[in-house]
Amino acid sequence: MSGVFNILVVGIGGQGVMTAADIIAHAAIAEGLDVKKTEVAGMAQRGGVVTSHVRIGKQVLSPAITPGEADIMLAFEPAEALRWVSHMRPGATVMVNSYPQSPPVVSIGLFDYPEAPEQQLRDSPVNVISFDAGQMAIELGDRRLVNSIMLGAIAPHLRLNEASLKQALLGRFQSKGERLLALNDQAYQAGHSEAEVAA
Amino acid sequence: MSAQEQNLINQACFVSGNEAVALAARDAGCRVAAAYPGTPSTEILEYISHYTDVYSEWSINEKVSLEVAIGASLAGSRALCAMKHVGMNVASDALMTQTLIGAVGGLVIVVADDVGLSSSQNEQDSRYWGRFAHLPVLEPSDAQEAYQMVREGFALSEEYQVPFIVRLTTRICHVKGLVRCYPAELAAQQGAFEKDVSRYVMVPGNAKQRLPLMLERDAKLRALAERTTLNAVQQGSDKRVGFVTSGAAYCHVKEAFPEAPVLKLGLSHPAPLDKIAEFANSVAQLVVVEEVEPLLETELRAAGGEVIGKEHLPRIGELTPSVLLPAVKPLLGETYSSPNLQSSVFPRPPTMCVACPHLGIYYCLSHVKNTIISGDIGCYTLGAGHPWNALDTCISMGASLSVAQGLDKGRTAADEKKRVLAVIGDSTFLHMGMQGLLDITYNRGNVTVLLLDNRAVGMTGGQNAPSSGLNLQGDETIRVDFRKLCEALGVRSERIREVNPYELPTLFKALREEVKVEAPSVIITNQPCVLTERYAKQPPLAVNADDCTGCGNCLDVGCPAIHVTHREQVIKPNGREKTLAFVKIDSAACTGCNLCLETCAPDAIVPLENVNRINAVEV
Repeated sequence: MSGVFNILVVGIGGQGVMTAADIIAHAAIAEGLDVKKTEVAGMAQRGGVVTSHVRIGKQVLSPAITPGEADIMLAFEPAEALRWVSHMRPGATVMVNSYPQSPPVVSIGLFDYPEAPEQQLRDSPVNVISFDAGQMAIELGDRRLVNSIMLGAIAPHLRLNEASLKQALLGRFQSKGERLLALNDQAYQAGHSEAEVAA
Repeated sequence: MSAQEQNLINQACFVSGNEAVALAARDAGCRVAAAYPGTPSTEILEYISHYTDVYSEWSINEKVSLEVAIGASLAGSRALCAMKHVGMNVASDALMTQTLIGAVGGLVIVVADDVGLSSSQNEQDSRYWGRFAHLPVLEPSDAQEAYQMVREGFALSEEYQVPFIVRLTTRICHVKGLVRCYPAELAAQQGAFEKDVSRYVMVPGNAKQRLPLMLERDAKLRALAERTTLNAVQQGSDKRVGFVTSGAAYCHVKEAFPEAPVLKLGLSHPAPLDKIAEFANSVAQLVVVEEVEPLLETELRAAGGEVIGKEHLPRIGELTPSVLLPAVKPLLGETYSSPNLQSSVFPRPPTMCVACPHLGIYYCLSHVKNTIISGDIGCYTLGAGHPWNALDTCISMGASLSVAQGLDKGRTAADEKKRVLAVIGDSTFLHMGMQGLLDITYNRGNVTVLLLDNRAVGMTGGQNAPSSGLNLQGDETIRVDFRKLCEALGVRSERIREVNPYELPTLFKALREEVKVEAPSVIITNQPCVLTERYAKQPPLAVNADDCTGCGNCLDVGCPAIHVTHREQVIKPNGREKTLAFVKIDSAACTGCNLCLETCAPDAIVPLENVNRINAVEV
């Protein structure tokens, strides 16, 4: 890998943004790369905006991705993808979970949820891949599986060995029993296939 | 060395700056560590608590934590305390005199500045404390350096008999990187506590003798700063601009200007003025890049140096490449156009958790009129936001009570009918709120205090406190009895009420009665933080869409599991237009606290299993 590859992971508190970023980081470490990972998540458990920057390469200095230089985005929520799309390099890939989550400020009528956020994303100079990972997770039996689904979806786009990513993900469930391991494996595969179709 | 230890040293681990500090404390033979939780420093003590060779504690506040660490140092052990930037304001009373005594066992004080205010009430530059208290300041630029500098800090602290401040920022604490540890030192001990009244008892006569020693120490530390490899020049081919920088800003400078020469300051105070002057001569222009205040810049100017600093760079927030590039490029005769980062997406401020016991409190507070509500630092500060808008002030830890006393005494005729309330959490009350309550009772004040006891430090992630009955390690210990404590502080027993914050009628009654009474009163809530294991989830609720009338009362609870499905405009019998908001509950997130159910007149909110049953019949 030449230069530094910039991965932006975005979503809202409680969705597993930081865990997903951690797994990507560990996959890169397994390949002998330098990694820095940073997040702005002072109130991560409070439903606020969470962004995690993962930078991988031979040597990484600043942990923060300079706006306009993100190479790929993994977005756990469509409005959040839209919030950060201006940070992408032209031609970058944006992988979006299309399952929307509106905050109380929208519920009480102070703000509107963006109309057709995915269409707005497609109007930006990026390559958008979008599918409903939230619904897929619910169908697989646990909404927390969104994380594994999204990682499966992004795997071919990370410039990492897919096996490293899968190993970094499933390694987390090694000690948590066969059922969870199998379920997350299934979720990873489902995300992988669905993203191929959606692309 | 065991195989395990060898493995540890060879293998790099992927850890945050906070964990690196903990690893360094462990490997340096630190024996005592103390802190009060505070973002972004909280995890330091959480990691240290796993090391059985280190005594570690959640202290009651930062002053206490520093004093515990000072005591351990005087007893001859290596000690560490950690705090967020505002914590040092609390600890500074001890700090300003401790500097005269100095350290015996190595003493490292870790202060984490929240540059960019991701979770703080202000942005302040803790490097000031080094200048103010005549203490050396180390500034790591990433997790690896945090490890190294804490290790060196302990050793240097003993060599120079002075506490070392390690200044971190959010961008160090919460950034993960690869860290290589090196062999641990044997637990350093300086022998038994030695009685030394002239050094340890700071009465005027003794303290006066210590002042010149402190200034001599300053000179020695300045000499150290000139020769240490912690302050080193990195050559660069493009000498049009050279940078002198420290901390996270160093990484940003290297990223933005890879070809420029850089003087990186690891031991940033006392500043190596000679080394900087020499470096300045080797470049065409010298730019000082420091987060946040122009401290070094001012010192360099005072020493006669020509530097470029805050007239080009912001004095607020992080100095990331996206900030540095447009500010510095013009100095090179170049331009830099920043991408347009405007976004039309709604703001997504942090919310209270689903089923949070504070929701009921703020629902009531937002419905009680003629009040001024003084707030405090914690999750409940979110009560200032929508939909409750039920907090009027938030300043510092414990300020709710004392500010309430002032609001009440300073109330003018225009506010004659208003009542003053204070809202504070259990841990904040114990940190610095108790004094305010005593001030109110002692001075015959009249404030209604809401003491929200959720038995945890919620905002930082549910850490234990004396209100939990558990210590840092999760072991059982005393649990403070708030009723007895408030009584002891002078609140009359009949003016102390314990209420369940999920029972809205009880809450309303207690509130309305207590604000009318001309005496200090305390309403204590008794349900646990939903982030802790104490919280017991109940079966989830759902909205029976056929019964929802769109009144929107449940939205006033502010629970993030309640969402609007659609709105309708209607004309009421009195001719006014009204917007109806029909709702659904995200049952997968709901934990059945029943607060919204209490606000629902048409009984449209029901247990999820009932809705499922109805749907099953319809099918």
